[in-house]
Amino acid sequence: MDVIGQQMANASNLGDAPAKSEHRPGSGIATEEKRKQKKTISQEVMLSVRDLEVSFKTFGGEVQAIRGVSFDLYKGETLAVVGESGCGKSVTANTIMGLIPQPPGRIRNGEVIFKNRDLTKLNKKALREIQGVDISMIFQDPMTALNPTLKIGEQLIEGLRTHHKVSRAEAKRKAVEMLTLVGISNPEERLKQYPHQFSGGMRQRIVIAIALICEPELLIADEPTTALDVTIQAQILELFDEIQHKTGVGVILITHDLGVVAKIADRIAVMYAGKIIEIGNKREIFYNPQHPYTQGLLNSVPRLDLQEEELKPIEGTPPDLFAPPEGCPFAARCPYAMEVCDRIYPATTQLTSQHTVDCWLQDPRAKAVLS
Amino acid sequence: MVAKDPNVSIPDEWFRKKGDGHEQAEAVVRPSLSYWKDAWRRLRKNKLAMIGLVFLVILTFLAIFGPVFSPYEVTATDLRNQNMAPSATHWFGTDEMGRDVFTRTWYGARISLFVGVMAALIDFFIGIIYGGVSGYKGGRTDSIMMRIIEILYGLPHLLVVILLMVVMGPSLTTIIVALTITGWVGMARIVRGQVLQIKNYEFVTASKSFGAGTSRIIRKNLIPNTMGPIIVQMTLTVPSAIFAEAFLSFLGLGIQAPYASWGVMANDALPVILSGDWWRLFFPAFFISITMFAFNVLGDGMQDALDPKLRG
Amino acid sequence: MPLYILKRFIMMIVTVLIIATLTFVLMRAIPGSPFDEERTSNPTIQANLEKFYKLDQPMPIQYLNYLKSIVTFDYGPSIKKPNESVNTLLARGFPISFELGMATIIVAVISGIILGTFAALRHNGIIDYGAMTFAVVGISIPNFVLATLLIQQVAVNWQLLPPATWSSPKHMILPVIALATGPTAIIARLTRASMLEVLTQDYIKMARAKGLTPFRIVARHALRNALMPVVTIMGTMLAGILTGTFVIEKIFAIPGMGKYFVDSINNRDYPVIMGSTVFYSAFLVFMLFLVDIAYGFLDPRIKLHKKEGEV
Repeated sequence: MDVIGQQMANASNLGDAPAKSEHRPGSGIATEEKRKQKKTISQEVMLSVRDLEVSFKTFGGEVQAIRGVSFDLYKGETLAVVGESGCGKSVTANTIMGLIPQPPGRIRNGEVIFKNRDLTKLNKKALREIQGVDISMIFQDPMTALNPTLKIGEQLIEGLRTHHKVSRAEAKRKAVEMLTLVGISNPEERLKQYPHQFSGGMRQRIVIAIALICEPELLIADEPTTALDVTIQAQILELFDEIQHKTGVGVILITHDLGVVAKIADRIAVMYAGKIIEIGNKREIFYNPQHPYTQGLLNSVPRLDLQEEELKPIEGTPPDLFAPPEGCPFAARCPYAMEVCDRIYPATTQLTSQHTVDCWLQDPRAKAVLS
Repeated sequence: MVAKDPNVSIPDEWFRKKGDGHEQAEAVVRPSLSYWKDAWRRLRKNKLAMIGLVFLVILTFLAIFGPVFSPYEVTATDLRNQNMAPSATHWFGTDEMGRDVFTRTWYGARISLFVGVMAALIDFFIGIIYGGVSGYKGGRTDSIMMRIIEILYGLPHLLVVILLMVVMGPSLTTIIVALTITGWVGMARIVRGQVLQIKNYEFVTASKSFGAGTSRIIRKNLIPNTMGPIIVQMTLTVPSAIFAEAFLSFLGLGIQAPYASWGVMANDALPVILSGDWWRLFFPAFFISITMFAFNVLGDGMQDALDPKLRG
Repeated sequence: MPLYILKRFIMMIVTVLIIATLTFVLMRAIPGSPFDEERTSNPTIQANLEKFYKLDQPMPIQYLNYLKSIVTFDYGPSIKKPNESVNTLLARGFPISFELGMATIIVAVISGIILGTFAALRHNGIIDYGAMTFAVVGISIPNFVLATLLIQQVAVNWQLLPPATWSSPKHMILPVIALATGPTAIIARLTRASMLEVLTQDYIKMARAKGLTPFRIVARHALRNALMPVVTIMGTMLAGILTGTFVIEKIFAIPGMGKYFVDSINNRDYPVIMGSTVFYSAFLVFMLFLVDIAYGFLDPRIKLHKKEGEV
């Protein structure tokens, strides 16, 4: 068990791991220094999600998209939520953002505490005062996230003008400032253009600028780089890093791409079938993954420096969330599955102050299975 | 979610690795249905569409057998019984020539359904050939064929139809010819769109590499895969053709007296409507409306049922 | 953009030319002379008549004369009413038909969009079901049936509104309702469908994530995108309304062009048929051209479509 984790850790390229980092020679040192300055994350919790359960009514029945999710987000950190598609990570993001359409969606249980208020209980008007101001969101596909019929400038400033009493000129100045921040040249000219006049990477920069224009405390990024080319991906991730350094914004990063996680996450939550099955800081998850699913996920990522060991995609498919299994949802695919796994969902085991896992293998009686 | 006190009640033997238990949990997969079965299942759930379908079945039945139930001929005049209100002898009343409105209504149904179905079928054949060739050939051919369609699309259809009716003289054949001359364009567009969408699918490339000819690819591969929207378009062509026939007949350009179509009957009823002979207008108007309603809701239902985007 | 307009303009000219030619060929294809029914057994009178209507010249010349008359908007005299030209009929009738048509389209567009938008916003709610029931019923009832029903109930039985003619705004209400119901239903359905589609788009989600008010999201972000499909059917809809005026004018005894047109059809008055067909077609095609240009302004992406051959 630990051996597997250790192997992977040695093999992986983690940004702040003792193993060699992969920054470009020139900027590498500078970035490394920035990181050290930045990563004094406070222990102050800015967002607390407790026992969240969300379901959707469909033709086929009720899909239980999230089945009891709890986590905290600390000020200024980046929490990555990873998992296969359909595991509920995007639903989690949308719930925090207050974007779950009800109906067909339904928040069955739980709370999202932000600034001493439960966001799931707020009325629409109160929610709107938080949306875009305190919490912002970035979407997956920059090609569809911008309104094709409105000029970029308008899309940038409308949020600002809705929430703050600023003049048009002032809003425009702020918009220019934001475009400059996200690295778009000729910002004044660009404000007058339509989305189709920009490339995909540029559009994602604009989306980020829109999300940040009201200086939010929390940024939720739902697969922000998935729809982009690899080279553009790297640029956007660098931009994220830079922005977090400059603004100290807290980030929840939804992704299925462990490469992205390795670059910018501080902590990682692994989701499976609507539950967080393991959560910990980046080193703990990459070096010492405890849940067989996390191990499988890490095993399925290609690594350049790992030639002798072949990739192992996890066999099987996630369970049907119309009728989720009573026990551990991963049991059907788990190489260590025991009878108990099918019957009862495992309790959460606290491994370190930040690292917890939901797995029966943590139970002393399961020792025999591992050996 | 979690058992209250997990460590107490769980027997130790549950903590043994399962033998080969991987398969069982994955057995719960919903049965996969074929495209048409699935569509039919969805359609059946749509109450409105089902009402439309049932009505059309009844209407077809009555159009065929309705006149049989009636002792009156469709063109038989009876000057002693003019403008009779509905009664036991004349269920839907009589018109100013003493003709039985009940009998004439079902003859009208025959004409409406015939015009609608024929127009849809002819549109279908022309559209599928034109659209299929245009979409499949692509390039210059497609470009030219589409320009032609674009121009035809810009023509005011009903005006052209009226013009044709004037020239060819009013008759059932003329109506159908006139309607299809302008009507196939929409079908051709849809077929072309469908063909373009699936043209590059792998199975087409595959059959091409086996040396299958163009016409064979169109027949065997493309057509079966483009049927959904085409069937919907056909279903929606029927009511618009029925409307056009009624409209033309109402203007005096359709079926000629003494024969009956719903449009003719409504037109004949116009002068007497103010004198309180409500049944003269009511029956043809009611059946035109409800037939169009039935085809429209059925078409809508089929659209929802066949749209792959909505399948899940 | 200018290239786009130019392309559309050429299409427009070609379409009008095709309609004109088609009309010419069809009219000349009718066996016999238009004066056969006149019982002009006297061949000299017949010849004189044909000379008066320039029917004695060779076909190509007739065709050229005809094209010239179209360009100069001079459609010649009516056969049945020789002292009136087609132009006078058009000048007298068309403004009234135009009024009816415009009032109808304005009513249909406004109420259709409002209905469709609210139906989409209250998807599967009572407003949605109500609006869609109205839409299906509205599409199913032919306008001439609706017109007669309205006259019988509203005008005759309840005596609320005048049953016929076109002399005051009050007189306009029933004809406009009769004519606008179908188009309203079509627009409402289309708006609803495209609005539902647009509301699932990422940019709407993004607008919501910005914390914008629902009104702004709909008015500023959704509506403009949702209305594009509505604009594309405006052309065909105009054609439908225009032909619809024929029956509505007949039923309500409105002295518009439609009435003359229908009369001319029944009397086989060919110059009037030809003249009004060509005039109406040209008018419609021109409207279609305007709609296309409006679409270009509505959708900023059109400007980039400089490439030919993409449909």
